[in-house]
Amino acid sequence: MALATPVLAVLATMVFGGLLFAVLGKDPLQSILTIFWQPLFGEFAFYYRPQLLVKGAPLVLIAMGLALGFRAGIWNIGAEGQYIIGAICGAAAALAFYPLEAWWIFPLMVICGGLGGFLWAMIPGLLKVKFGTNEILVSLMLVYVAEQLLSSMSLGLLKNPEGYGFPGSRNLQQYASAHNAEIIAGSGMHWGVLAALIAVIFAYVLLTRHRLGFAIRVTGEAPRAAKFGGVNPARLVLFCLGASGMLAGLAGMFEVAGPAGQITIDFNVGYGFTAIIVAFLGRLHPIGILLAGALMALTYIGGDIAQSQLGLPAAAIQVFQGMLLFFLLALDVLTNYRLRFGAAEVA
Amino acid sequence: MDLSVINPILLLAALMSAATPILLAATGELVVERAGVLNLGVEGMMIVGAIAGFIVAVNTGSPALGFIGAAAGGAVLSLLFVFLTQVALANQVASGLGLTLFGLGLSALMGQSYVGVKPPRMADLDLGPLSDIPVLGRILFSHDAMVYIGLLIVLGVWAGLKFTRAGLVLRAVGENHDAAHALGYKVKRIRTLAILFGGACAGMGGAYISLIRVPQWTEGMTAGVGWIALALVVFASWKPWRVLLGAYLFGGITQLQLNLQGAGVAIPVEYLAMSPYIVTIIVLVILSADKSRAPGSLGRIFHASH
Repeated sequence: MALATPVLAVLATMVFGGLLFAVLGKDPLQSILTIFWQPLFGEFAFYYRPQLLVKGAPLVLIAMGLALGFRAGIWNIGAEGQYIIGAICGAAAALAFYPLEAWWIFPLMVICGGLGGFLWAMIPGLLKVKFGTNEILVSLMLVYVAEQLLSSMSLGLLKNPEGYGFPGSRNLQQYASAHNAEIIAGSGMHWGVLAALIAVIFAYVLLTRHRLGFAIRVTGEAPRAAKFGGVNPARLVLFCLGASGMLAGLAGMFEVAGPAGQITIDFNVGYGFTAIIVAFLGRLHPIGILLAGALMALTYIGGDIAQSQLGLPAAAIQVFQGMLLFFLLALDVLTNYRLRFGAAEVA
Repeated sequence: MDLSVINPILLLAALMSAATPILLAATGELVVERAGVLNLGVEGMMIVGAIAGFIVAVNTGSPALGFIGAAAGGAVLSLLFVFLTQVALANQVASGLGLTLFGLGLSALMGQSYVGVKPPRMADLDLGPLSDIPVLGRILFSHDAMVYIGLLIVLGVWAGLKFTRAGLVLRAVGENHDAAHALGYKVKRIRTLAILFGGACAGMGGAYISLIRVPQWTEGMTAGVGWIALALVVFASWKPWRVLLGAYLFGGITQLQLNLQGAGVAIPVEYLAMSPYIVTIIVLVILSADKSRAPGSLGRIFHASH
């Protein structure tokens, strides 16, 4: 049942999403096919398939980090902010050395991006450990702070001096040492994709084979038992928030150095929030998250196609993704409880 | 920089209006949390209320009907949360996040054809001679009806929780749902009603932004006010009067920040716009040392067989 519910949830979302599209005056079957079939097997699939990796990598990277915390009952929902800060730090590191060409610039960006996200996530982490502040609210507030910082950066410090006054930084795609280029041309496979795969393997080993992973799982299932078992809750909070922040920061850094290319006001597109859905859809399990990330990337790409071909509004896809989370949570009752119809019991 | 542009009386008057969306949403959430339910979907219910109220107000030409529509919109969305947490017994944190993500998408979808439309204006309430009192009249008695309705709701929630039997039962359910169940109270029914009330309040708070504060519709226009409202409930130690105090504090900061932007202070606009969020964090840090006031069953799933 644990494996069946995500599949059921996807099917239910397709049915109700189809209904939604019908209400919007689009052919439901065609819309669903456009979203789920076209990017993979349609006429222009050769163009869309690499996009699957490009869109999926940040989702998987972020969701993998979030899932570690969610498993332990530590709710980092500010990944969007950590993603932005990672991108800013990564880009800033590269632009500080522009136009120097050297092999160590890209690794330096990776370190700075990861560190930026890590430190940004340490704010809710340390506040929770020191003062017992709610990490949900603090991490979320920091998303809005990061968004303001992003617009300040793209209008001020990191603005392209040769950009004719337009907001936004220099384009890193044109700066060879900093460009997160595709490892195999035309495949969509950039360094971020590789990082996402490594993160999945790392998390899998951590959760199934390592003492720390065990501590995470016990804390999630039975916090009191974990305490008696010698788990240090403060250290766990810092680890989970730090790891998810670092991965989100890396995702942002790979995005700004590769597919996005530059820091702009509207650089972030909500990966940090969609990753929450990915984490739950993947049942907080590394392999599940990999599959869920691919599926979610598919809805992004398919959504874009449906938008241009059928005129389906962009918000409809957002609703569609939200619905998926709802069905997933609702259907979880099937995993957690056994339903008995008709037997109204007096408990 | 010209600070003399900022008129302290107008600032205080605007503060009451700036605080109203947060006040409405936080009061609703306070009732929900006192019933032992943590609904993180406030932001989603606010934004859906904002667009639902906007649509109703534009189509009927009546802002009052708009607010009723907003309350209905927020309540309908919160029904989803009721289903997830009370029927399907799903995790409340995840369900609340889902509600917010869904609400943001849904509102954008609903509001597509309303971008750039001007809503009907809500007239200020005519309080006769009261408004003519110097200084105080301008600050306290020159607002639209929703400001006062917000205050009445706080008053009602305070009195309801403190003096009525229903309030006592609601608190009992929130403190210990198993004990309340054993006494024969309908835990789920009471919580459902509380969640619906919270949804309606959040919806009205959202509509106050789209119909009066801004007034027009843009995607994601609540910009975290729902989350600040959630923080405010913690800040207020789950007490209605402290919610009022907190809402005015945040209203004041928001308004001051906007006025400073207008006055052309040397601080960049982005850093001023950050301030309400940073202040929220600071306040949370100062006040979160005392957790003893939190309802005992907050966020826990209730299942009658346990």
